[in-house]
Amino acid sequence: MEITATFQKKYTQIEDINKATCTLRATGVGNEELALVGNKLSQVVKIIGDKVTLQVFSGTEGIFTDSEVVFLGKAPTMKVSEDLAGRFFNAMGDPIDGGPSIDGEVREIGGPSVNPVRRLQPNKLIATGIAGIDLNNTLVAGQKIPFFADPDQPYNEVMANVAMRAKADKIILGGMGLTNDDYLYFKSVFQNQGALDRIISFVNTTQNPPVERLLIPDMALTAAEYFAVDKNESVLVLLTDMTLFADALSIVSNRMDQIPSKDSMPGSLYSDLARIYEKAVQFPNGGSITIIAVTTLSEGDITHAIPDNTGYITEGQLFLRKDSEIGKVIVDPFRSLSRLKQLVIGKQTREDHPQVMNAAVRLYADAANARTKLENGFDLTDYDSRTLAFAKEYSNELLAIDVNVVVETMLNKAWELFSRHFQKEELGLKQELIDKYWK
Amino acid sequence: MTTGKVTGIIANLVMVEVNGPVAQNEICYLVLGELKLMAEVIKIVGSTTYVQVFDSTRGVQTGTNVEFSGDLLEVELGPGILSKNYDGLQNDLNKLDGIFLQRGVSSSPLDADKKWNFKPIAKSGDTVEAASWLGEVGENRLPHKIMVPFKMEGSYTVKEVKPEDEYQIYDTIAVITDNNGTDHNITMSQKWPVKLAIKAYNNKPRPSKLLETGVRVIDSLNPMLEGGTGFIPGPFGCGKTVLQHALSKQADADVVIVAACGERANEVVEIFWEFPTLVDYRTGRKLMERTTIIANTSNMPVAAREASVYTAMTLGEYYRAMGLRVLLLADSTSRWAQALREMSNRLEDLPGPDAFPMDLSAIIANFYARAGIVELNNGKPGSITFIGTVSPAGGNLKEPVTESTKKATRCFYALSQQRADSKRYPAIDPGLSYSKYNEYPEFQEFMKSQELESWVDNANLMTNYLQRGKEASDQINILGDDGVPVGYHVHHWRAELIDFVVLQQDAFDQIDQMCPLKRQKYMVEKVLDICSAEFDFNHFEKVGELFKKLINAMKQMNYSEYLSEDFRKYEGEVDILVSEFQGSTLTQASV
Repeated sequence: MEITATFQKKYTQIEDINKATCTLRATGVGNEELALVGNKLSQVVKIIGDKVTLQVFSGTEGIFTDSEVVFLGKAPTMKVSEDLAGRFFNAMGDPIDGGPSIDGEVREIGGPSVNPVRRLQPNKLIATGIAGIDLNNTLVAGQKIPFFADPDQPYNEVMANVAMRAKADKIILGGMGLTNDDYLYFKSVFQNQGALDRIISFVNTTQNPPVERLLIPDMALTAAEYFAVDKNESVLVLLTDMTLFADALSIVSNRMDQIPSKDSMPGSLYSDLARIYEKAVQFPNGGSITIIAVTTLSEGDITHAIPDNTGYITEGQLFLRKDSEIGKVIVDPFRSLSRLKQLVIGKQTREDHPQVMNAAVRLYADAANARTKLENGFDLTDYDSRTLAFAKEYSNELLAIDVNVVVETMLNKAWELFSRHFQKEELGLKQELIDKYWK
Repeated sequence: MTTGKVTGIIANLVMVEVNGPVAQNEICYLVLGELKLMAEVIKIVGSTTYVQVFDSTRGVQTGTNVEFSGDLLEVELGPGILSKNYDGLQNDLNKLDGIFLQRGVSSSPLDADKKWNFKPIAKSGDTVEAASWLGEVGENRLPHKIMVPFKMEGSYTVKEVKPEDEYQIYDTIAVITDNNGTDHNITMSQKWPVKLAIKAYNNKPRPSKLLETGVRVIDSLNPMLEGGTGFIPGPFGCGKTVLQHALSKQADADVVIVAACGERANEVVEIFWEFPTLVDYRTGRKLMERTTIIANTSNMPVAAREASVYTAMTLGEYYRAMGLRVLLLADSTSRWAQALREMSNRLEDLPGPDAFPMDLSAIIANFYARAGIVELNNGKPGSITFIGTVSPAGGNLKEPVTESTKKATRCFYALSQQRADSKRYPAIDPGLSYSKYNEYPEFQEFMKSQELESWVDNANLMTNYLQRGKEASDQINILGDDGVPVGYHVHHWRAELIDFVVLQQDAFDQIDQMCPLKRQKYMVEKVLDICSAEFDFNHFEKVGELFKKLINAMKQMNYSEYLSEDFRKYEGEVDILVSEFQGSTLTQASV
């Protein structure tokens, strides 16, 4: 983060200190202005009369009541230029890869939102090769979508795979509370794929203070806006893990004595998350920002305030689930959804895509009912048994995350499974499609 | 004018020390260098006034100057509102420069230079009052009435109405004289504070006319009426937005106002891009011509989100006063309630349930009450049909916003996660959802007058079959397929037939997406004929066999042009299937 020392106001008498904030008497201070509290970066979050409350990003440990407080007269900024590519930074925007600091244009982070009438309707399909995504939950450039996953699921691996195959001009990783191991994993994937020159990383690991994380999305997205708006590039932003980001929000609001709403989260959680996710956009000039995030769940509970609010903001969600029958992780077709898929499927993909997708998921649902019957000790009908056989192959050959084929192959595979297990009239598909594609 | 200085800032809540009188809900401006940030008074304690700023407060300091305007938050009303894309404070988004919405910028909602062809309605000597029609201009070929401003109290005598000619909105088109003999110049533009209802009408009767939406599960099962109120709660991913878009495209209304309140920007963009190309099949005109969008997306300032629904309702009331049928859609009212919660939280009000303000229920009820069909002072009808969506936290319908809205509305379209998971769209749950209008005798009378008799009876029959089907399938799940009599399977499959043929509808299919009333009646009666037919099945597997084939053939009917060759072909297949299993031929339903 750029820190200059002109017109600084200095204070040395702090009145209140708690774990995340400190309060002192000061005048002429602007809301959201940055300050240094004993060299720790802080931001003004509340002003009442001459009492100014500062949120100390790296935590208030070691701050004395007489520590020096310097107000910097500006909101958080970062420098943007082509030199960002290939670099690793911390939450403050300082390099952590041993390289030189960045020179470039100074931009305020957390800037204004895009005028909705200046947005283009998203229209470019992002192919990932994973049928659970491309066939059932197609991604589109300019979309924002999270993985909803339990902590033990391989979401970071799937996300890294998606990022590598997505053919974006720039990939920006915003790591919040990443374990050091995961950080090194991302780093090595980027390196091994020879993609390092188009990656920019802003990383806060579990070794760093949690409140610092609050800066990561704004940093990553300010860089993304530079490449998407100024350079007309397609930018993919990876945010992992947004649950830890929200936890940091609740820590701060708690320290500021705000009344918590559901699940101890601040009442403004929806707006706080929306401000970040809504940065996803397709610009008319060809540039785009796509956000793929991770929201970790507690035992699959999506009614918790964090996944719940996220679901209302993002354009769908991807669920990973271990299918015990085939012993692989699959993209769950029931709970996953890509809201923007209608903009590309059957348009940029083959005409039968929408109907084939729905028919397969419906049959998979029938199989789930049949399995319940089986578990309850009932006899299965012939149809029930066929749906079960279908479901197993569908899961193994299409839903599993290790699939890597093009969309047309996925569709052909689906038709093949249909004809292997069912009669034409059991599918409820449009007759003209059956006439054309039934195998 | 009153001025003041900032004494405290918590996010977008700002405390101001004032030097004169201020009004609750008065608009003021924080002067930040060249920028003027708009704010609204929400609480006054002694000489400290609490204002909510409709923009980011970054950089605001104690001592920042504040100028009070003396007005409440108002919208400007006049020809040119249709086809516009506004933000929550009625700034014309198309007039704002640049890709990003810069802080403190504004733009005029109407076009001052545009010429309108004005035709007089009133003549000199007429007695008029607020909302009386003085003349008319064609706005996208809709008759846009120029009215006596709603703020004018008492009665007036028309002194002069300008002859038919081209005028701009600020030209005087009439002069009216009050009882003291003072003349008032009337232009085509007027202002109205959004938080007050426009009450320039005679009375508000009960709704009676069906509002055709082309969505079968609504029209045929849980109908919405002109001037009615309803809401759509549902967990995320259940198709709330797709359903709202279908309503905004297909509903039989003169004017459609869509308030995108704290929702995704890309969903609004879909309307921006699609509506100018889509054609209203009833009038043959572009959908955009009848639509106004209020876009306060989730990343735009929270306080303006609260204003956006009021802005939308006020625009609706303006068009209703012209005798038009307005459909108002708000997606989502939960975001509006959350904006209220954020603010009450900062004000440190004692929280109600789930930290929402205590008076949430009253606020919601008051807002829905502004909708309705009215008889204007000139005896003509006008209506606002209002359908809001609710985004219940965790999909739990027992939360304050859903419960408060349920009390304030007559139609309830509950979206179910289970239906959405099995891709049964629209995911409106037939068991939970209802339309109180089915009980209105005036509605049943109306349907008879439209040659759509037994509409309500059919709805009740279907609801009954669905209910019995659900009970039967619960039993089958408990006792097993062969542990129940074959009749249970028949009940189950009748419900499935109604589900697949009537309830489910493909919103992305060119033909199936819009189902006119006559076609709905035809299909419903065809389905009910089959449901009432007596079949003699010797084994439960036979039941599923027949009904699956029937469902397939009748879905093909839904995908075919009504009464086309294909439609008749699949209908023929249905009839043959039925007669094969029944041993006798079903009489063909009448057209």
